Amino acid sequence: MNVEFLNTLASVVANATPLVIASIGETITERAGVINLSLNGSLIVTAMAGFIAARVISFGVDVDAIDMIASAEAGLIGGVLVAMLVGALVALIIALSSIELRLDQVTVGFILTLLMADLAQFLGQEYTRIPGPVVPKWPVPLLQDLPLLGPVFFQQNVLVYLSYILVIGLWFWLFRTRPGMAHRAIGERPEAAYARGTNVNRLRYVYVVLGGALVGVAGAAYSLHFKPGLSNPPAMQGDGWIALAIVIFGGWHPFRVVLGAWLFAALRAVSSDIQKNGLSVLGQTIEFNFVLLNGLPWLMLIVTLLLVSSGAIERLLLLLPGPVQRRMRSVLRSDPPRAIGTTFEVD
Amino acid sequence: MDIELRNIHKRFGPVHANNDISVVFPAGRITGILGENGAGKSTLMKILSGYQPADRGDILVDGEASRFSSPEDAIEEGIGMLQQDPLDVGAFTTLENFVYGRPERVLPDWQAARKDLEEASAHLGFDLEAEAPVERMSIALRQQLEIVRLLALGVKALILDEPTTGISAEQKQTLFAALQQLAHRDGVIILLVSHKLEDVITLCDKVVVLRDGRRIGEEDMPAPGETDPATLEKIKSQLVHLMFGQELGPHVRLDVPLDKVVLQLDNLNLRDRRLQIENLNLSLRQGEVVGLAGLDNSGQGLTMRAICGLESVSSGRVLLEGEDMTNRSYRSFLHRGVVFGAAGRLEEGLIAGLTLTEHMALVRSERAVLDWPALESYTRDSLKHYDVRGEAEDRIEQLSGGNQQRVLMALLPANPQLLILEQPTRGLDVESARWIWQQLLERREGGTAILFSSAELDELVAYSDRILVFHAGRVHEVSDVAATTIDELGYLIGGEFKQV
Repeated sequence: MNVEFLNTLASVVANATPLVIASIGETITERAGVINLSLNGSLIVTAMAGFIAARVISFGVDVDAIDMIASAEAGLIGGVLVAMLVGALVALIIALSSIELRLDQVTVGFILTLLMADLAQFLGQEYTRIPGPVVPKWPVPLLQDLPLLGPVFFQQNVLVYLSYILVIGLWFWLFRTRPGMAHRAIGERPEAAYARGTNVNRLRYVYVVLGGALVGVAGAAYSLHFKPGLSNPPAMQGDGWIALAIVIFGGWHPFRVVLGAWLFAALRAVSSDIQKNGLSVLGQTIEFNFVLLNGLPWLMLIVTLLLVSSGAIERLLLLLPGPVQRRMRSVLRSDPPRAIGTTFEVD
Repeated sequence: MDIELRNIHKRFGPVHANNDISVVFPAGRITGILGENGAGKSTLMKILSGYQPADRGDILVDGEASRFSSPEDAIEEGIGMLQQDPLDVGAFTTLENFVYGRPERVLPDWQAARKDLEEASAHLGFDLEAEAPVERMSIALRQQLEIVRLLALGVKALILDEPTTGISAEQKQTLFAALQQLAHRDGVIILLVSHKLEDVITLCDKVVVLRDGRRIGEEDMPAPGETDPATLEKIKSQLVHLMFGQELGPHVRLDVPLDKVVLQLDNLNLRDRRLQIENLNLSLRQGEVVGLAGLDNSGQGLTMRAICGLESVSSGRVLLEGEDMTNRSYRSFLHRGVVFGAAGRLEEGLIAGLTLTEHMALVRSERAVLDWPALESYTRDSLKHYDVRGEAEDRIEQLSGGNQQRVLMALLPANPQLLILEQPTRGLDVESARWIWQQLLERREGGTAILFSSAELDELVAYSDRILVFHAGRVHEVSDVAATTIDELGYLIGGEFKQV
């Protein structure tokens, strides 16, 4: 296989990583019945916090320092941890306001997304457009030598590997473990969960905060690797909304969510390639308005939603033989968690 | 295991929902808890199963006082409740629902659980499939799942809240057989909460009657298989007497002259995703009442909606006073005095979040700018006239079901041509239902034709001039309602058209 093509695939996987981590975090939150709409702002503010923390730990508070020799490892780890903490705090506001104060989750999320983006711009001013530590590549021994899979998946950095673990881990958690069943149940039918002895609101806190912490990791993944440093406007502007859309596209299922994120990154790669090199088919250059391509992912999302809501997927499922049908159902099921956005109260 | 409730009290604001209730439930017996809506049955059962604490009083399990602060506590003590809408998770499979809530490790032993589920299901004559997704199962199957699940958790006392609502006659037989087996062979305490006399008489060993939050009395039921109509009638009237404090009077059919034809259905063909109705013919005259019988989703709803433009007609004609109205919009039917009342009061009929005055404004006010003071006083008058317990500024969902239905009556136009009502008395106690019919029959005297569906045979027989029985889209007309019997209707509803 063409080396250049494999490199492209590898970069698609790499570039999708923050989106994968953020949408997995959001999936965890929404599966528990809470929607964290602050994703866009959270990503920007955690990217800022993670970058500044990493830079300060590595090079000190002096913004003019360019001592790149200093060991960056402690800074990177510290940066990710600080970003997680900030993401978790933002999520905690969502959890408190919806569970304790019974405020509307959409409203609070919306306000937070705007507030956090502006806060990040303000606090990050000093640190905009200066270099900082970057997460290094770390090819996985043995696995990196696999044909095809090695170069695409295993010659990446730790954050990319983390995204694989998160996807598989969340799938296993949700669909194979007992606590995972409780996790799904509080998002589907909290009354039934309560009747089985599950503490609905306490678990919701846990999953909302955990989801927020992962959004923090995603934010740090931007500023510490994929779009290193801070810029104005933020390089990941808009990606929070995309992550929210990917969760819907993915039907709240980790495998479909990761596919959605990769597909999105691939479409982005294609469109930026065409922007750079133009589109030529069979030696003929085709005139093309590339701005249209930016809309492609959204078109894809709308088509998916149409397929889901028209019941086409359900009819397709019924054509399959019984055992296959059952296996496919949990993957293809595309209904949102039933209790999403609602509060639970013991009467 | 024996359970004793001693001097249970529970208040909700001014309402004394349970007033000093004491009762004993011995092992191996099926006890019916009978009472009309608001008698306190549900409250008492919620207290017993840990969903609500009592204000005062004791629950004694085998003579020892117990306190439950959650349903989980109650299950620990061996008391489990099957809710009317079973508390399962739709997105789960049968097996997942069975496993969730069991004291399993982080990684459940799916094989062992599946074996337990299948054995328990077979033991009770149930038909549960481990991998079936619950959201695609009928209420009856979901009940079976909950029963099996609760028993597997070690429940020795099973409370069932109105379990026969929404299930077929055959499914009811399966359920009752399983409950009898559980009680009489396995020694489980069964409590059946119901307002259906027939069900408690067929199934229960003993019936406790509640009225206005108090325990009014207790009756032993005849042995299963008792068929002597005189004995059954006597027990029925005793129970009715306990429930309402008076016996139901016989219904007198008003002799309204039937006038010109209002509605005519001409070879109507309808279809939806599940069923198909072919060549339906019907003519309905002024002052006539036609009842639609049948199990849920047998075609009554589809027919009623198609008649007033809410579902499309595949072929055939709907004639209103001779004019072809086929596939016209509901709005144009409304203009001609045809009004539809859906079974889902809060889902389709009323608008949760709006006040009673706002509801009134929607139907009564033709003006662009609303005259609120006038509307408010109009609403107050009509609330008084229709005896609604509620204020003009209350939001509709704050009212009880019976009062919501009264508001719906108040919202109807004074003299409609045709009323199409889907289960107009569903979920109402007998007094409220009777009041609703009084209102309807008054309108009928003014020449209104009425088409209604109901799940209660008594109601259909009492008020209809003719009955159409639906079964899986097939329709059979019973024209001599006075001569029909419960048996005849039962056969028709079950699809046994030949036996009649």
